[in-house]
Amino acid sequence: MDWLDQQQQYFETLQNFGPRLWDGFVLTVQLTLVGAALAFVIAVILGLMAGSPNLWLRGPARVIIEFFRGTSLLVQLFWVYYVLPLFGLTLESSFTVGVIALGVNYGAYGAEAVRASLTSVSSGQWEATVALSMSWPHKIRRIIFPQAWALMIPSLANLLVHLLKGSAVVYIVGLNDFNFELDQLRRVTDAWFAYAFIGLIAYFLFALVLTQGMRLLEIRAKHRLGQGPTIREILSPAPKMPIASAHPGSTPSLFGGKTPGGQG
Amino acid sequence: MITLTPLLTAQPAGDSSGPIWNWEFAVEIFPEILTAFIQVTLLVTVVGTIIAAILGLVIAILIRVLPTPLALIVRWAANFIRMTPIVVQLLVLYYGFTWMDPLLIGFIVFGIHYATYMSEVYRAGIESVPKGQWEATKALSMSAGRTWRRVVIPQALRSTIPSLGNYAISMFKDTPFLFVISVAEMVRVAQTIGAQTFRYTEAITIAGLIFLAASYPTALLINRLEKRLAYAN
Repeated sequence: MDWLDQQQQYFETLQNFGPRLWDGFVLTVQLTLVGAALAFVIAVILGLMAGSPNLWLRGPARVIIEFFRGTSLLVQLFWVYYVLPLFGLTLESSFTVGVIALGVNYGAYGAEAVRASLTSVSSGQWEATVALSMSWPHKIRRIIFPQAWALMIPSLANLLVHLLKGSAVVYIVGLNDFNFELDQLRRVTDAWFAYAFIGLIAYFLFALVLTQGMRLLEIRAKHRLGQGPTIREILSPAPKMPIASAHPGSTPSLFGGKTPGGQG
Repeated sequence: MITLTPLLTAQPAGDSSGPIWNWEFAVEIFPEILTAFIQVTLLVTVVGTIIAAILGLVIAILIRVLPTPLALIVRWAANFIRMTPIVVQLLVLYYGFTWMDPLLIGFIVFGIHYATYMSEVYRAGIESVPKGQWEATKALSMSAGRTWRRVVIPQALRSTIPSLGNYAISMFKDTPFLFVISVAEMVRVAQTIGAQTFRYTEAITIAGLIFLAASYPTALLINRLEKRLAYAN
């Protein structure tokens, strides 16, 4: 009964701690989403450069990608935190430091995904844009990128979960994120209750939400290319059979199926 | 118990004394950082990879041979470990088992975390073994153990090696997370040198370059191996 009493006490502590913990969680969500947005912009720019036939674009992009993939996230975090100020660029908030480190690191990984999916768009599509003498922005925006986008979403979803997991280390530059608040909770309760019971489960649920969101994006992207059903068709309780036969080929299911793999 | 909140000293304000990069200082601290790299970072990577490679295979086989409800439990447990931060997992064991050596916690957490990734690689490898092979072992009335040991695993493993190598590299680049449980791995040593001397640039840059120098050639090798295996098939 001793253990049960203790757990009850912990839950009472948790109630007092609730708002702080929630603030920390919101900060982690912001860190993940803003970091992911920056990473995506970097990934698209570097990915397009790395996929270009022009050596003057491809060369620098490859160097940048390999550099940020090869040095570790924590090294980059410290570099932004300690070394950038020496170049006169002092970042006021730890949040910005975290966003930049996460964005640059995972942006470099994402660039590989973008480049790989650009090259998997069939060459006939590229040739057709030349035959129609489309301008470069026009063909990328309207022809190539929409097709590459559907291909790159699964890898980007994996990277998004990696980014969320990586964001747990940013508290060491002085950010009161979820992991930091868990540490505070751990001091008044114990490690199993704070980190394992509250922390891991909350991170896991958020990661699940992110992966399911990315799966919805993938279904939408595929539908817009004329492959597979719409999100509404998948979510509706109506019988699936006629729809499935109306859309031969891939019919991604919303639940189950692939789980996030690695970044390689 | 060691507290972790006041981890870092204040950010250096603007210009500290001397140039940004001092070669003499860099040469002076290089051996210390390299020692930490060999003694801790590489050690954790090697031991973690061995644990992950074995445990990953066990998980992949369990998911395949266990009855459905149990297999689902194992699969979701693996998903749970894979989708939660290594940092938090390290901290759970660090504060949960205070008697345990932090380095040992590093082996366990990195081993188990990456085992869940590697189990997916093995799963794909096992699925790539043609159905005819399974049927043939049945026709020859081989025992289940013999089927796995002598027929399925040797064929499944071949195609998995490059992916396993890539995960080993990922693990290698994740080892700085050991910072949070105060293991003296390379980045922590570099940060400590910075804190003592107020010169962070050299120490942290050297640590980053050592990572790059170790991981990039390995990644190239694995890439070549991957192409060669694809060609052989």
